[in-house]
Amino acid sequence: MKYHTPATFEDAVGIAANATGVTRFLAGGTDVLVQLRADIVTPDDLIDVKHIPGVRDMTQNPDGSWTIGVAVAGAEMTENPALIADWPGVVEGMDLIGSTQVQGRATLTGNLCNGSPAGDAVPGMIAAGASVSVTGPDGSREVAVEDIPTGPGRTSLAKGEMVTAVHLPARGQNGGDAYLRFIPRTEMDIAVVGCAVNLRVDGDTITEARVALGAVAPTARLVEDAATALIGSKLDDAALEALAAAASAACNPIDDKRGTIEFRTHVAGVLAQRAAKIAYARARGEK
Amino acid sequence: MTQVHVTTTVNGDEVEFLADPRETLLDCLRDKVGMTGAKEGCGTGDCGACSVTLDGRLVCSCLVLGVEAEGKDIGTIEGMADGDDLHPLQAKFIEYAALQCGICTPGILVATEALLKKSPDPSEEEVRYWLAGNLCRCTGYDKIIRAVLDTARDLREGV
Ligand SMILES: Cc1cc2nc3c(=O)[nH]c(=O)nc-3n(C[C@H](O)[C@H](O)[C@H](O)COP(=O)(O)OP(=O)(O)OC[C@H]3O[C@@H](n4cnc5c(N)ncnc54)[C@H](O)[C@@H]3O)c2cc1C
Ligand code: FES
Ligand code: FES
Repeated sequence: MKYHTPATFEDAVGIAANATGVTRFLAGGTDVLVQLRADIVTPDDLIDVKHIPGVRDMTQNPDGSWTIGVAVAGAEMTENPALIADWPGVVEGMDLIGSTQVQGRATLTGNLCNGSPAGDAVPGMIAAGASVSVTGPDGSREVAVEDIPTGPGRTSLAKGEMVTAVHLPARGQNGGDAYLRFIPRTEMDIAVVGCAVNLRVDGDTITEARVALGAVAPTARLVEDAATALIGSKLDDAALEALAAAASAACNPIDDKRGTIEFRTHVAGVLAQRAAKIAYARARGEK
Repeated sequence: MTQVHVTTTVNGDEVEFLADPRETLLDCLRDKVGMTGAKEGCGTGDCGACSVTLDGRLVCSCLVLGVEAEGKDIGTIEGMADGDDLHPLQAKFIEYAALQCGICTPGILVATEALLKKSPDPSEEEVRYWLAGNLCRCTGYDKIIRAVLDTARDLREGV
């Protein structure tokens, strides 16, 4: 295994594009090292992104949007009050990952690019309408977060391509988001179902919504029917019922000892309702 | 496999070692630097026995590569006592019998020292969540939690 510490994204991409064997990027390493030590993936080239200037920065841009560097650890996000005020759901998804020690290292980008359908930070980013900058040998592009994962452990990134930043839109007025997951324990477990809701209100009425589910399909996914169930409503019982039905209908989960298909499908609806209530309260300033 | 020369700071002292890039910081600390305080319980980030600080941030040293330590500032359990004078957390752990076999203890001490630096007046719930990644098979946790809360109180009151 060769360990690289490129000082620019161009150099990192160059190494990745010219590599002939297994390549991994190293952000927090909390997936890479576990896979390395279990002999699941031993990269021939390991490209540490943490020496590239700016990767540890969290910046609020003049238009209110956020740019989060690819090496920003979860613990740094949970210590940023302005980010929490804007995107509490995104931060709470990240904060659920692992222990304090894992939080000291794990990143949003690593969670996304690892490609686990159960990645806890991914539904929140999708619901927020987040995108990532992707750079490769043929140039750069902006990609919606929901278009990155293509299946368990797989992404749409081509050989030599890497994520160079995560972008969260400007929060704007009267918006709120939330993420909830179900696990059999209270901490340190992999989501059986995860759900993020992001919405905006005008008075009592929901005017915009995005709903994303994790761990119930081969990738985290945006559920448009669930958003449709919310938009135009005042989060009344009928809307909540339609929301749960749409969330459950979007499930195509695995069946295992941690959660049967029936259970995961049902819980997706329940979590969607609960997350929607929290997001709605946040949007109305009832924190 | 080519070895990489790493220069790093451990508990304030400059340290150098040669590492295979696949080796973890935990293995480097134990086998090359000779600091065996950090333990390997699982090697997969689940147990916290290998906890150290990396530039002040609590991490599992089994999930950090030795080569990543280049130019960093590492804190281990060996740096906690001041000569023969135990750190208040260490003294309190003994007083409360908050350890039995002791495998988890260095990691829990390093983790709780980091907690008290960040949050001098933690609630019991906060301590329990902070230590969710530190497993102990002996004590049942209760003595650990009480020792930490009591130390925090002493430190706040300047005892
Ligand atoms: C004890 C423990 C508990 C955990 N609990 C949870 C949990 O509750 N929920 C959860 O979702 N996850 C959990 N995880 C998994 C892991 O911590 C997360 O997925 C984390 O967000 C990964 O981030 P990282 O920075 O450590 O990624 P890394 O391990 O550094 O990288 C992960 C993957 O992303 C790729 N990658 C990294 N950076 C880039 C880039 N810039 N461009 C392209 N590809 C890139 C790497 O090549 C690699 O394939 C846990 C892990 C451990 C060890
Ligand atoms: S040995 Fe590192 S967490 Fe268990
Ligand atoms: S004292 Fe034995 S594991 Fe904690």
